[in-house]
Amino acid sequence: MTRLSLVSVLSLVIRRDLVLAMRRRADVLTTLIFFVIVVSLFPLGVGPETDMLRKMAPGVVWVAALLASMLSLGRMFSADYLDGTLEQMMLVPQSLSVLVLAKILAHWMVSGLPLVIMAPVLGLQFDMPVQALWVLIVALLLGTPILSMIGAVGAALTLGLRGGGALVSLLVLPLCIPVLIFGAGAVEAVVSGTSVGSHLSLLGALLVMALVFTPWMTALALRISVE
Amino acid sequence: MLEISNLACSRGDHLLFSDLNFSLSVGELLQVQGANGSGKTSLLRTLCGFMTPVAGEIRWCGQNIRELGDAFYAEMIYLGHLNAIKDELNALENLRISAGLAGCKVDDKQVIMALRRMGLRGRETLPVKVLSQGQRRRVALARLLLSNASLWVLDEPLTALDAGAVELMQELIGEHLVNNGMVIYTTHQSLEVVGVATRWFALS
Repeated sequence: MTRLSLVSVLSLVIRRDLVLAMRRRADVLTTLIFFVIVVSLFPLGVGPETDMLRKMAPGVVWVAALLASMLSLGRMFSADYLDGTLEQMMLVPQSLSVLVLAKILAHWMVSGLPLVIMAPVLGLQFDMPVQALWVLIVALLLGTPILSMIGAVGAALTLGLRGGGALVSLLVLPLCIPVLIFGAGAVEAVVSGTSVGSHLSLLGALLVMALVFTPWMTALALRISVE
Repeated sequence: MLEISNLACSRGDHLLFSDLNFSLSVGELLQVQGANGSGKTSLLRTLCGFMTPVAGEIRWCGQNIRELGDAFYAEMIYLGHLNAIKDELNALENLRISAGLAGCKVDDKQVIMALRRMGLRGRETLPVKVLSQGQRRRVALARLLLSNASLWVLDEPLTALDAGAVELMQELIGEHLVNNGMVIYTTHQSLEVVGVATRWFALS
C-alpha cells in the first residue's frame, strides 16, 4: 500500500471538486451574478452622485463579496455528506485536514476567484481610480480565501441541520468583520493617500492564521457531524 | 488481526450493546446479525472510527485503532448504506477518484475491467445519475475490486442487487478470503460463500 503524498491528495481533491463544479455550472454562476446584482443596486438606489459613490465603493464591493461568499457555503460539504463521500474521506489514509484544505481551495477557486476577477469591472461603475482598483484586487485576493476558510468551519458545524443555510451566515458573518474592515480599509487608504501596506499586511496575517487553524477546526467539526 | 474486547456503544442516551467480544483473523468471514435498530451499523461505524465507543477497545494487529490511525485505514475498506459515488461523474471517474484517495495506483484499464466484472459493460462512461439503484450499488462494489485492503467492512452490501449480482458478490468475497482477506458484514439476505464457514454473532 503506497501512502499518498500531500500534493497528490491536494490535487486529486481539487480536480474532483472543480470537475463537479463545472458539471453544476448554475451554482457557480448564482454566486457571481448575485455579487454583480448587489453591487449594481447601489448606484441605482443611492443616485448618480459620483463623489458619494466613489466614497462608498470599497465598502459596497466588500460587503457584496462577503454576502456572495455566504451563498455557496452551504454546498461546501453537504453534497459529500449526503452521498457518503465524506465518510469515505475520513477513511483516507491521510490527515482529514489536508482533504479539507483541498476542498476549501477548490471552493475558493469556484466562488471566490470569480468575484476577484469581476470586482474591477464593478469598481468602474463607481468611478474608482485605477490605483484603487489594483488595491481592491490585491485585497480581495488576500481576503476572499479567508472568507472561504472561516466559512468552511461554519459549514462543517451546521452540516446536516435543518435551515443550516441561514444559520451558517449568522455564525460566519460576525467572524468575517476583520476581513471586511481591513479589506475595505486598504482601498480607502489608497484613495485618501495614506499607506496601504498596513492594511494588506494585516489581511495577509489573517490569511496565514486562517490557513493554519481553519482546516484543522473544520476537520474536527466534520468528525462531530458524521458521528 | 482484528480484536474487539468489551466493546459498548450507545446512540444518544440509549445503550445499543455492551461487553461485546470477538476477533477476526485472516481468511475469516463474520456476519453481524440482529433486528433493525440493534446496532449493526453502529458497530461497523465504530470499527471505522466514526463513532467513539463508550467502553472497550478495538485492536488491529494488537494495537488500538485510534493510535494506529492512518496505518489502519490503509488496510481497510468500508462500504456503507450510502454508495459514496457522485451523480455528476461517470462510473470510471468515480472509481478513479476513490481508488486514488485510497492510495491505490490504478489505470483506466483496471477500472474498466473491474466495472465489466461487476456487469457494467457499456456503462463505464455514462453519468451515474442515469444508472439504476442496483447498477449504482455495483459501481460502489467495484471499489472492492480495486482496493488492496485486507479488511472489508460491508454494511448491507446486497441492497438493491439482483440474484446474479448476489452470486457475484459471494464469488468476490470467496476470492478475497482466499487471498488472506477478512470480511465483516451485515445483511438480511442470505450470503453463502462456497468452502468457507460463515461465523456469526447476534446483537440483541
